[in-house]
Amino acid sequence: METLPLKPFEQMTAADYAAVGFKCGLEVHQQLLTRSKLFCRCPAGHYSPHYDAEVLRHMRPTLSEMGEYDGTALMEKKTRKRIIYRLHHKTVCTYEFDDTPPFLMDDDAIDIALELAFLLRLNLVNELHIARKQYLDGSIPAGFQRTTILGVDGWLPYKDRRIGVRQLGLEEDSCREVSDQGHERVYLTDRLGMPLIEVVTEADMVTPGEAAEVCDLIRKVCRSTQKVRRGYGATRQDVNVSVTGGTRVEIKGVPQIWRIPRLVHNEANRQLALLGIRQRLRERGITTASLDAVSKDVTTLLDKTSYAPIRAAIDGGLRVKCVRLPGFDGLLNTPTQEHTTFAKEFADRVRVIACLTQLPNMVHSDVASESLWPQDWLKLRKRMHASDNDALICVWGDQRDTDTACQEIAIRAREATEGVPNDTRQALKDGTNGFERVLPGPERMYPDTDLPPIGLAVERVRRAAAARPEFVWETEARFRAGGMVDDDVRRLGISPRSRLATRAINELGLSPVLLGVVLAQRLRALDRAGLRPQRLSDDALWELLKSHAQARVSRDGLPWLMEQMLQRGGDEPIIDEHVLRFLDEIDMRPATEAQLNDLIDQAVADAAPRSFATVDKRARFVMGRLMTRLIGRVDGQRLLERVAERLARERAMAHGGTS
Amino acid sequence: MNGYRGPGLAVLERHGVSVWSDVEVKTTNGRFRGLILPRSETADEKHIVLKLASGYNVGLAAEAIEQMTEHGRREANYKIPEQVFPTDPAKPDVVLYGTGGTIASRLDYRSGAVVPAFSPGELYGSVPELADICNLRTEKLFGVLSENMGAEQYRELAERCREAIESGADGIVVGHGTDTMHHTAAALTFMLQDPPVPIVMVGSQRSSDRPSSDAAINLICAVKAAAESDIAEVVVCMFGPTSDEYCLLHRGTRVRKMHSSYRSTFRTIGDIPLAMIDQEKITPFRDDTRPRRRGDRRVTINTAWCEDVALLYYYPGMKPDVMEALIETGYRGIVIAGTGLGHVNKPNYPALEKARDAGVHIYMTVQTLWGFTGMYVYETGRVMMDLGVVPLANMLPEVAFIKLSWVLGQTDDRDEVKRLMLTSIGDEITDREPYNGYLLFQGGIPEVQDFLRRIKR
Repeated sequence: METLPLKPFEQMTAADYAAVGFKCGLEVHQQLLTRSKLFCRCPAGHYSPHYDAEVLRHMRPTLSEMGEYDGTALMEKKTRKRIIYRLHHKTVCTYEFDDTPPFLMDDDAIDIALELAFLLRLNLVNELHIARKQYLDGSIPAGFQRTTILGVDGWLPYKDRRIGVRQLGLEEDSCREVSDQGHERVYLTDRLGMPLIEVVTEADMVTPGEAAEVCDLIRKVCRSTQKVRRGYGATRQDVNVSVTGGTRVEIKGVPQIWRIPRLVHNEANRQLALLGIRQRLRERGITTASLDAVSKDVTTLLDKTSYAPIRAAIDGGLRVKCVRLPGFDGLLNTPTQEHTTFAKEFADRVRVIACLTQLPNMVHSDVASESLWPQDWLKLRKRMHASDNDALICVWGDQRDTDTACQEIAIRAREATEGVPNDTRQALKDGTNGFERVLPGPERMYPDTDLPPIGLAVERVRRAAAARPEFVWETEARFRAGGMVDDDVRRLGISPRSRLATRAINELGLSPVLLGVVLAQRLRALDRAGLRPQRLSDDALWELLKSHAQARVSRDGLPWLMEQMLQRGGDEPIIDEHVLRFLDEIDMRPATEAQLNDLIDQAVADAAPRSFATVDKRARFVMGRLMTRLIGRVDGQRLLERVAERLARERAMAHGGTS
Repeated sequence: MNGYRGPGLAVLERHGVSVWSDVEVKTTNGRFRGLILPRSETADEKHIVLKLASGYNVGLAAEAIEQMTEHGRREANYKIPEQVFPTDPAKPDVVLYGTGGTIASRLDYRSGAVVPAFSPGELYGSVPELADICNLRTEKLFGVLSENMGAEQYRELAERCREAIESGADGIVVGHGTDTMHHTAAALTFMLQDPPVPIVMVGSQRSSDRPSSDAAINLICAVKAAAESDIAEVVVCMFGPTSDEYCLLHRGTRVRKMHSSYRSTFRTIGDIPLAMIDQEKITPFRDDTRPRRRGDRRVTINTAWCEDVALLYYYPGMKPDVMEALIETGYRGIVIAGTGLGHVNKPNYPALEKARDAGVHIYMTVQTLWGFTGMYVYETGRVMMDLGVVPLANMLPEVAFIKLSWVLGQTDDRDEVKRLMLTSIGDEITDREPYNGYLLFQGGIPEVQDFLRRIKR
């Protein structure tokens, strides 16, 4: 078996990627936290797999400016898909399935996007023009997505350089696909129309790791506004990859950042492998012009075959067709990605465009032994007039689908003589990618005639600029400089409590380390315990932190108090007044030295008649006794030290007594 | 300078650039690069529009622009691709008249203007399926939006349909804006009686530059109905259900646009449609349609018209001065869309009396759209009839308006007007309302919800 062009993923270095001219750019999509959808008044953020009705649509390609069908459009026409939309009463109205014109764009969405435009330091436009971006796959019932650009040419600081941000778009989200089998694709429409921003970077990332890190940075910037949605699917990214000599290939819909590096590494491999295949085809004298991929109906020829999938197809009255790829012998087995060969490029096209979705959907002569019998292949070779240098691919299905499949195989073979085709690809779970559709051209953008342009008034822009949070890297730097642990820095940096933390550092002089513990770790723990700490208002937390700074509450008392208040509180937010009242009710003043000594004496006395296996266990018993009285009034660590010291002294005295 | 004026125009002139200049713009918000586009006449004068390389358009404030440098010019010269429409002597000949609606159109994505596709070549380029059905001849009669259609256009259209019939067309398709398509369909029904071939009106609710457009399916079905159906009447062929499945053929006098934006907006009122039609077949629903007469080229044409007719939509508290004003202005006919079974309030009775005395013809229809007038049911109805108001059974208000205009163009004789109004020409009045002629299913009811869940309507 041949090997992949690049070293295994784990062994790759930045220099290795540089050597092949690896470049990567990102398109990060992030749903905004608005009440309504972008162009209608349906509620945003409601998901439901249930539906009340179904509507069927077909997408009809429209001609491009040059009088030609856009490649994607043509592809979708070939698929002849029936597209079914599932409608749920609560989540869609007639706008989403294109039976009502758009309402005016949601103002909250524009304001949030403007804030982000400032965070990304974009050149802001003064007037939004809404465009229709065509999608023929049916993911939007109108056949286009309404979208607009807020700004261009911004940047993000990364390492010691700048990552260019090409543009920031604001658009409506698409449908969720339920299934895509044969000629029928089913979509849920609940997500459709929710406001989404799209951050497009330049291809400034030069290793897979950088792509993931920059993606994470963009996500943090979005979250730092506190006005974006979270959860699975609320952030999705497309990654585009190219290597020297290759093509800019877009991989769509990566749901998690950690998947990015392996995915783009595999794509780099694929492009290099495809370039290698082109080289070998050239050496064999196969060119775009000379390639003639003949196909024939071989149903009767394979009449006696025992290969199960073809057997079943023939028995079911379907056709079997064979395509000869001259000079391709052996190439179909060339690895293109991890555990993926060149043959999959063909199988993908057959699946997606000819809609032969049941796998396996083809067999080829490079893995002859695993499918048809040798005598079947011999018969096929003879029938197809194939030489030893040629590869054969067989597909099965109905007349029209197999015709489409043969055409697509021929098209993909021709593309192999040219290099890396202009695909949009789909991220797969195993880190590889598969064909999704032909990359759409710029012809797909149309102005939307249903809506007027939206002027961005100076006052509105000023308001957005004022509302934007601090740059997340500045917040993080402040936290980190104060010694906050990395995990807390990361959490608190994009947390709604980050402004509170900054204020506490600046005005109360509290240490970032403490704020990390209280505002990142403890709040998270309380949340996990189901105590809904979001009920604690910033004012309430401020009051608590202030009490600590004024030495009214000890360090350990802070989390204890938070927990107490959450346990007692109802559904109402807990405000500063509640904190003050609570602090009055209970004595949270740090214990005095005298009180402390008395209590320790008493606890040690209580422990004395009992026997413990170790000194540590005795200490723990004493601490347990003490903490019920002293919780929140003394630093736990210091108390433990005192108890240990006291017990050691007792022991020494006891020993002294017996000696 | 296509649409630029005021500060927008000034900034272009100041920097020596114009529409279609490829420019680099320095603004107080940073730099932009793109092509200057024409600006919509209705947009404000403070911005210029730039098309970026990505295909997106953005607006820049004239007052924010500090500098513009031209790097060349790229003028859009948009043209619909044309391909020769194939002819086949074995196929029926269909004439397509355009009245100004955009049944097929392309959007010039640079200028934002909608360019109608209309010549056979252009249509073939966008809807090649048409060539499988017929030989197509097209002619653009007018370029008016549907709300601007009126007597002049109805007459011209009727005359041209007669010409097409006499010159041997096997069917006629009329492309029409959807807003007043049912008015025109009624007018043609009255003006062009007993045609030997189908006259099919068609339009689209979504322009054909959208992948989800209904234009292609509507046009294919309309052309098929004109070429192949055995229904020699004036009909409307439009999208049937919410899903992309089939079109419905509606009788020209019983059809109405019922939704401002749905594709399936046209509905037969108080009856059922004539047929269902898709790319494969025509499925008739009834046996009372007038059959096609092959070889016969005769058609009765009567394009009379009176412009002094009004359609009055009654509302509670309507004062008699509205009707009085119409009478005084010289209106000769008034169609009232009355409440319920056909009522107006008592204060209007003296006005009705005044109308009768002035020789103004008053006809009553129902604003419920479905159902018959029933002016005997209540005493008040009888009083109104005594005042000269003539109930029009289940004639739709718009159809009554068209018919009264047509009738008063022929005669002013009270009895003759009444006779013509009450003699049905194309089912504008029907004898009976079938049990399934009124179907407005109410969402939410369990059995309706069940239907919606199972049927892709």
